[in-house]
Amino acid sequence: MYVAVKGGEAAIAAAHALLDKERRGDPTVPALTTEQIREQLALAVDRVTCEGSLYDRDLAALAIKQARGDLIEAIFLLRAYRSTLPRFGYAIPIQTGAMAIRRRISATFKDLPGGQVLGPTFDYTHRLLDDGLNDQAPATELTHKIAHDEAAVPHVADLLGAQGLIEQNAEVEIGAPVGDLTRDPLTFPADRDLRLQSLARGDEGLLLALGYSTQRGYGRTHPFAGEIRMGHVEVHLVPEELGFEVSLGEIVVTECEMVNQFKGSAESPPQFTRGYGLAFGHSERKAMSMALVDRALRARDLGEEVIAPAQDEEFVLSHVDNVQATGFVEHLKLPHYVDFQAELQLVRQMRREWEEANRKEAAE
Amino acid sequence: MSDAAVYNFAYLDEQTKRMIRRALLKAVAIPGYQVPFASREMPMPYGWGTGGVQVTAAVLGADDTLKVIDQGADDTTNAVSIRKFFERTAGVATTTHTSDATVIQTRHRIPETPLREGQILVYQVPIPEPLRFLEPRETETRRQHALEDYGLMHVKLYEDIARHGHIATTYAYPVKVDGRYLMDPSPTPKFDNPKMDMCPALQLFGAGREKRIYALPPYTRVVSLDFEDHPFEPTKFDRGCALCGAEGIYLDEVVTDDRGGRMFVCSDTDFCESRCTPPRTAAQGLNEVPR
Amino acid sequence: MSALDDRPLLVAEGLTKHYGQHIGCADVSLDIHEGEVVAVVGESGSGKSTLLGLLSTQLLPSAGSVRYRMRDGEERELLSLSEAERRFLLRTDWGFVHQDARLGLRMGVSAGGNVGERLMAVGWRHYGRIRAEAEHWLDRVEIARSRIDDRPDTFSGGMRQRLQIAKNMVTRPRLIFMDEPTGGLDVSVQARLLDLIRGFVSDYGLAAVIVTHDLAVARLLSHRIVVMRHGRVIETGLTDQVLDDPREPYTQLLVASILQA
Repeated sequence: MYVAVKGGEAAIAAAHALLDKERRGDPTVPALTTEQIREQLALAVDRVTCEGSLYDRDLAALAIKQARGDLIEAIFLLRAYRSTLPRFGYAIPIQTGAMAIRRRISATFKDLPGGQVLGPTFDYTHRLLDDGLNDQAPATELTHKIAHDEAAVPHVADLLGAQGLIEQNAEVEIGAPVGDLTRDPLTFPADRDLRLQSLARGDEGLLLALGYSTQRGYGRTHPFAGEIRMGHVEVHLVPEELGFEVSLGEIVVTECEMVNQFKGSAESPPQFTRGYGLAFGHSERKAMSMALVDRALRARDLGEEVIAPAQDEEFVLSHVDNVQATGFVEHLKLPHYVDFQAELQLVRQMRREWEEANRKEAAE
Repeated sequence: MSDAAVYNFAYLDEQTKRMIRRALLKAVAIPGYQVPFASREMPMPYGWGTGGVQVTAAVLGADDTLKVIDQGADDTTNAVSIRKFFERTAGVATTTHTSDATVIQTRHRIPETPLREGQILVYQVPIPEPLRFLEPRETETRRQHALEDYGLMHVKLYEDIARHGHIATTYAYPVKVDGRYLMDPSPTPKFDNPKMDMCPALQLFGAGREKRIYALPPYTRVVSLDFEDHPFEPTKFDRGCALCGAEGIYLDEVVTDDRGGRMFVCSDTDFCESRCTPPRTAAQGLNEVPR
Repeated sequence: MSALDDRPLLVAEGLTKHYGQHIGCADVSLDIHEGEVVAVVGESGSGKSTLLGLLSTQLLPSAGSVRYRMRDGEERELLSLSEAERRFLLRTDWGFVHQDARLGLRMGVSAGGNVGERLMAVGWRHYGRIRAEAEHWLDRVEIARSRIDDRPDTFSGGMRQRLQIAKNMVTRPRLIFMDEPTGGLDVSVQARLLDLIRGFVSDYGLAAVIVTHDLAVARLLSHRIVVMRHGRVIETGLTDQVLDDPREPYTQLLVASILQA
């Protein structure tokens, strides 16, 4: 005898209890601490702060633990938390030119003021799985003393700009309003400020694929890595009550400036064009991909033909937010049986009509 | 322990609620028109009802009684989850009885019990743009709405008839609102479309991920698109509910065994239960609203 | 067929279009009467497509004006039309046949849907009548009625062009713009298309502006011809007269380079 399905509430409670148990895993294995995650899975933490749009490495580490290592789930947790935070105002734009450099490279010049500083990078490692990491051996002692050059390191783009070889960034009045993606819905066509905000918090995977596509001919922009720099910058705020700048502390960011296909016009001689990427923490892949896609999306502004997905503003910006994307993709798990029933009805009816028609034809 | 002490009433801060209400007012003033709004990140995923939740949070008051349904049932997992969310963050009374509710949040169904003046029905909407699958560009669909240029929609219906002999849309069936805007009623089955026409209740639609709000004020004309010689027909079932016997209501198909055994029961669980158990005398009675 | 109004249908004055320093077209003036076909000829880069774009309001001029006599007799400055009015005009009183049929048709929609679209856009709501009208026009452009539910991506190039014409004719437009309508078609297919267009012009009093680099097309279809070079009109007049006795050296060159049949 069929009884209407009940017990959804009890099922959910039981599922949550099971989730907690699985999250802990084998109880004989020591539990992870958020400090361990923050220190030893630092690049995961960096990604979560970047796409979660919130610079708090401890919270990001907690989110990663709560999400059992699923980074997009962790990003979602951080974003939801961010929604509840009060906003005191907008910081003054960070000065990446005054960055305390930990890593700085340029592919466009062999040597340049500030030098090539490799920093902590996977780049030249050989990708051989290291069983030694399983031991609790102490970290390698640094034999070289790291020279900290206190002099400010000029941007490569400024070096080129001084000779007029690269386009200037658009002149913006001090105090001119900047769009805020978290306050206003995105509409198209979008200005560069909203585009960059969208890309900064956008999914690294999509940006990587789109950036890659431009290199393979889908909207080629002839990119060179003008500069990639990573290090500490100070964040300043002018609180209304005080009327002067206050330092809130330091954050780590990665910045990438791409030097792209030159173009000239009737009014000006040829210059290189720019692509820009910026990410929280040590996030090179993100910053580089963002710079490639930024430049591709400027096709319209630079009078180039829009032919490739990476140049299609509406396509890129509508799909780059992974919290939205995963929400909608995963919503397919929700019950859809009412809509499905409507489709079933129609298909059954159409099949009946088809069989009818065939029977009539056979009879003739 | 209720988290009402920790969160603002119904989770959203007052500024956000004000922003949403401004969008709602615009929406009510222009029936069927999609008003952009700055959707907030909510503690449930986009695509799982954040638009509906934000609208409900913006209109909910301490004295309201809330009902939440998904596919017509109060006990499906997502309906349970959302109802619990408001119990925790707003501490409002909740109910499964349509006639006792002042605010009803729904996914994909309109209750069978006729709604009355003073009630609010909040719909969860995944894709607010009725033309979206014909024209993916937002810039172009905005222009089509502004110019009342809806030829594309009729071409789609024409193609359906040419290809299948029927209009092939069975849910999210497009409607013309107040003779002006083309609207997507959300993925409710077309069976429910007539209920929207001249409904005494206020109908609000929230799409969180797509960041749009729209509305139907009470007693608005809502007409399903069709051709004169292929008029709109709501889905018909050839039988009644196996549990309560009601006819002319939307049925769920339940598979009972692996030999093709099936039975059909009311999709609206409250409606079914109220017919199976001895009738309750609700405070205001069940008003039959003529269609 | 009723007597045609003597006033011109479309009057263009001083039409100019710059692209940066490049001149698209300069100071072009032109008028078109009901039932008249004007061919705009020239080589690639002569500005003829730019002119067509300006006349049909798809491009904004840098200078100059275009006036059109609407169905109610009122003359309107086209630049002052609202977007809604402009779109309505493009969909009812005007037609546009593209060189590439994919620009003028919905390739994913059946032939019947394509032809019926304009009718549905102006409020036709009876499926049977829309379909009957579509069948009528498919007959008129010599496409088999049995193809009404087929999509144009299954049609030949010539059929697609004829479908474009049917799609436009369904609202009885008074003026049709055509951009190299025979481009890329076989000679025999071209001939059939040209015959069809000629028939419509005479049966329906259609006016047309046809851009073409093919002087044979111009001679066959048009009453008057406009010869363009480097964005300017260098010669204009009755087609037969200009082609039989070209005055400008450039026109003489063009005429001389047609292969004699």
